[in-house]
Amino acid sequence: MNKRSFLTAMLAAISLTALSAELRAAPVEIQWWHAMTGANNDVIVKLAEDFNAAQADYKVVPTYKGSYADTMNAGIAAFRAGQAPHILQVFEVGTATMMGAKGAIMPVYQLMADAGEKFDVKDYVGGIAGYYSTADGKLISMPFNSSTAIMWYNKDAFKKAGLDPEKPPRTWPETFDYAKKLKAAGWDKCGFSTAWYSWLNVEQLSAWHNVSLSTKANGLDGFDTEAKFNGPLHVRHLQNLIDLQKDKTFDYSGRTNTGEGRFTSGECPIFMTSSAFYGNVKANAKFEFGTGEMPYYPDVEGAPQNSIIGGASLWVLGGKTAPEYKGVAKFFTFLSDTDRQAGLHQVSGYLPITNAAYKKTKDSGFYEKNPGRETPLLQLTKKPPTANSRGLRLGSMVQIRDIVGEEAEAALVGQKTAQAAMDAAVERTNVLLRQFERALAK
Amino acid sequence: MEKRAIFSNRFLPLALIAPQILITLVFFYWPAIQAVWQSFLIEDAFGLSTEFVWFENYQLLFTKAHYFRTFTTTMLFSFLVAFLSLTISLLLAVQADKSIKGAGVYRTLLIWPYAVAPAVAGVLWIFMLNPSLGMIAKAMRSAGIDWNPLLNGGDAMTLVVIASVWKQISYNFLFFLAGLQAIPKSVIEAAAIDGAGSARRFWTIIFPLLSPTTFFLVVVNIVYAFFDTLGVIDSMTQGGPAKATETLVYRVFADGRLGSDLGGSAAQSVILMFIVVGLTAIQFKYIERKVEY
Amino acid sequence: MIERSHLGNVLAHLILIIGVVIICFPVYVAVIGSTHDATTIANGNMPLVPGGHFLENYYRILFEGTKSTTREPVATMLLNSLIMAMMIAVGKIAISLLSAYAIVYFRFRFRMVAFWVIFITLMLPVEVRIYPTYKVIADLHMLDTYTGLTLPLIASATATLLFRQFFMTVPDELVEASKIDGAGPVKFFFDTLLPLSRTTMAALFVILFIYGWNQYLWPILITTRDDMQTIVIGIKKMLAVVDALTEWQLVMATAVLAMLPPVVVVVAMQNLFIKGLTETEK
Repeated sequence: MNKRSFLTAMLAAISLTALSAELRAAPVEIQWWHAMTGANNDVIVKLAEDFNAAQADYKVVPTYKGSYADTMNAGIAAFRAGQAPHILQVFEVGTATMMGAKGAIMPVYQLMADAGEKFDVKDYVGGIAGYYSTADGKLISMPFNSSTAIMWYNKDAFKKAGLDPEKPPRTWPETFDYAKKLKAAGWDKCGFSTAWYSWLNVEQLSAWHNVSLSTKANGLDGFDTEAKFNGPLHVRHLQNLIDLQKDKTFDYSGRTNTGEGRFTSGECPIFMTSSAFYGNVKANAKFEFGTGEMPYYPDVEGAPQNSIIGGASLWVLGGKTAPEYKGVAKFFTFLSDTDRQAGLHQVSGYLPITNAAYKKTKDSGFYEKNPGRETPLLQLTKKPPTANSRGLRLGSMVQIRDIVGEEAEAALVGQKTAQAAMDAAVERTNVLLRQFERALAK
Repeated sequence: MEKRAIFSNRFLPLALIAPQILITLVFFYWPAIQAVWQSFLIEDAFGLSTEFVWFENYQLLFTKAHYFRTFTTTMLFSFLVAFLSLTISLLLAVQADKSIKGAGVYRTLLIWPYAVAPAVAGVLWIFMLNPSLGMIAKAMRSAGIDWNPLLNGGDAMTLVVIASVWKQISYNFLFFLAGLQAIPKSVIEAAAIDGAGSARRFWTIIFPLLSPTTFFLVVVNIVYAFFDTLGVIDSMTQGGPAKATETLVYRVFADGRLGSDLGGSAAQSVILMFIVVGLTAIQFKYIERKVEY
Repeated sequence: MIERSHLGNVLAHLILIIGVVIICFPVYVAVIGSTHDATTIANGNMPLVPGGHFLENYYRILFEGTKSTTREPVATMLLNSLIMAMMIAVGKIAISLLSAYAIVYFRFRFRMVAFWVIFITLMLPVEVRIYPTYKVIADLHMLDTYTGLTLPLIASATATLLFRQFFMTVPDELVEASKIDGAGPVKFFFDTLLPLSRTTMAALFVILFIYGWNQYLWPILITTRDDMQTIVIGIKKMLAVVDALTEWQLVMATAVLAMLPPVVVVVAMQNLFIKGLTETEK
């Protein structure tokens, strides 16, 4: 063997070893697109890092894709282009669109069964898992960050207005009354307000009062659902807001959560928004704050019923290989671990997704030490859910929320009456629902 | 107008022009044809089920009252942006043209917003006019002005118009200044000798002489307001409240988002393409007149 | 003689100064905003004087990234924006030079067809055919590549028209002289035409650089990886927060950094910029 061929052989041997080492070491990559910002973004990265460190076969790669809508949009576009991520975080209002796309998704129950992972939907908190399950109780997407709407209030402001800082208002009439008193005590630009207009003042309002939002159990039992949120309760509530908007006892804060800063800055002493607002309030509010349940109208029979969740779940997209799905399944098992879930719940302000994690947190005395943190859970589980309060699943929900927002905005500035606005919103919503149903039918 | 002196070669010119033709075909014509095709379809978000529906998407579009509203909103928005930015920049250009000291410095200080991205311009202004944290918004509120772009469509329109005008002033300013400087000083002096006052001189002599520049700028500003302001609107109002700031282009973007109404979005794209071709024809007439002497 | 009243001059200065102040104020506020901390801004108490967080904010944004959203340091985004802007500017100039050369200096079959095929794209922005174009790029497996980011934006007629116009003004005698010297079309292009076009190219470069730098909708759709983001997109992503507070001080610092390169280009190359602007739009 001459020198040259020896060298070639050596090189070949080295590169072969290197190659096989690489083959062995190269973990299966799992792309995870999400929309989490702030401290929650850290949580995601930490989860992925921990999972990657705990085993060598799979590597979860999280990517922040912008707002919830941007993330879902990117996921859909990528799927159409054949470049979908494995896991896509989709906000609750995108549920119907995702569920309707049968060939585009891999249902979680099937994923877990195929991969042979231990999985029982009964381990998950009913009010949360129900939202993401089929009518016959099969879990389609993995609950991830869940929250519900609650009331945040400024205790310092309450004291100044002569209100008991430990007793937030329980009903809407009380809330209006408190807001007027706060207004008289100097909060004249905003007595109370809400973020996520449609979620708070239409969707949660319906569930909390056990009033139907739309037929077929708010769409959970079928896409041929029809919107019904122009009933007396919805119109009365909007009318109240219109009346109070005039002197700023209520002041509108937009369709999304961009107005939340009005609470932390002290501008609005009562603010209704997501329970996940917690971390933000804690970091930025320069006053003592408290939480309360959402108000209700006491004359409505059955109120308060139970609130519904918001937030997002993890969808597994279709068309991937078996080893990739196995990795995703393992990651979901990892996520659902009791200690991990309890830890996530306690640091993030989101709700625990498994019963075991809730119990563990409760037993540890966490809620006694952190009063108010159990409020969303109590509210969510107040009564066994009815057809009106299990959740909602309307196609094109993002656009529907915009429609509700638009009509409410028109009514709040006096261009329309409350009844006309809600009627128009329902009519336009039904057009979208039929369009959605039709696009799926073929 | 053709060159007389040319080279003759059969393949070289084809090779030279090939890259641009190829890119244009692949990234312009092919997607444009796809948009037309898509506008005849009803499809779900993931493209799993498709139905050919002829012109139903168009019909649906024109039966929706708010599509006409989007048209009028676009017209109003374009008019406001074009009118305000042209007026302000003409005023500034006339002052700068008075050959006073420091005209060059003023020019430098006025032209740079052209370089700012529309989305960034939107962010800058929302930072000052955001009702809960903006300093100007706070000042207005304490002055008793009920500034609420979240609820008041007029306020929101003001918001997007301000940011769009701000960004466009420098462009118009440069063209007006160039136009003013091209007017022979002797013409103006002759008028001055005739005893015309400065305002009269402007309206009877300078403004008519500027009209080709003005006409050109009107077209450019309309195109700007139609298309380039998408970043401004998306970063400031997202078309709200109650669709008060939704322009045609923003709507194409919004309706196609989340795959909810791809057919309708594509139909709107096609309509927009016709509008653009119309505007191009107008501009082309102008180019021809100016270039072909 | 036109009267030059003292009062008129003062008035002119006054109007211009007011104009400049209004034009510059938003940027001043942005710079101030980028020197405060999140709470001061979120609570709406920002003063009009700089705060003490200048170094901290810029260091964080440039080298660590926003921990809360994109996690990508702005330095990476700046680099991406720079690459995108350069590729668009250089790419457009290169292909337009070639095609304009072919159209002006050669006679070939379908010459007018080719001219019109290119010309029709003059004003149609990428926004109106955004979703189909995305599909094309995806089918070509160009998502998350600089090629995918820039190629569709190179397809436009403005630069070709400008070069065509400029070539028309080049005297025919130069071609004749070149032919007498025995030079072919390639030699003529490199030795004669290219040097003559230098100013036009430079002017065009300034305009196209800004055009590329400021792209918004296209990069939003086409980039999925964090490390492919451009700075304008980075700002958008920092603004969209869920269950958290917008970190305005970082948004403003990023906005300042996003404005800096194109503004410097415009101000430093003012004369070329004005030339480019007035000639592309004629």
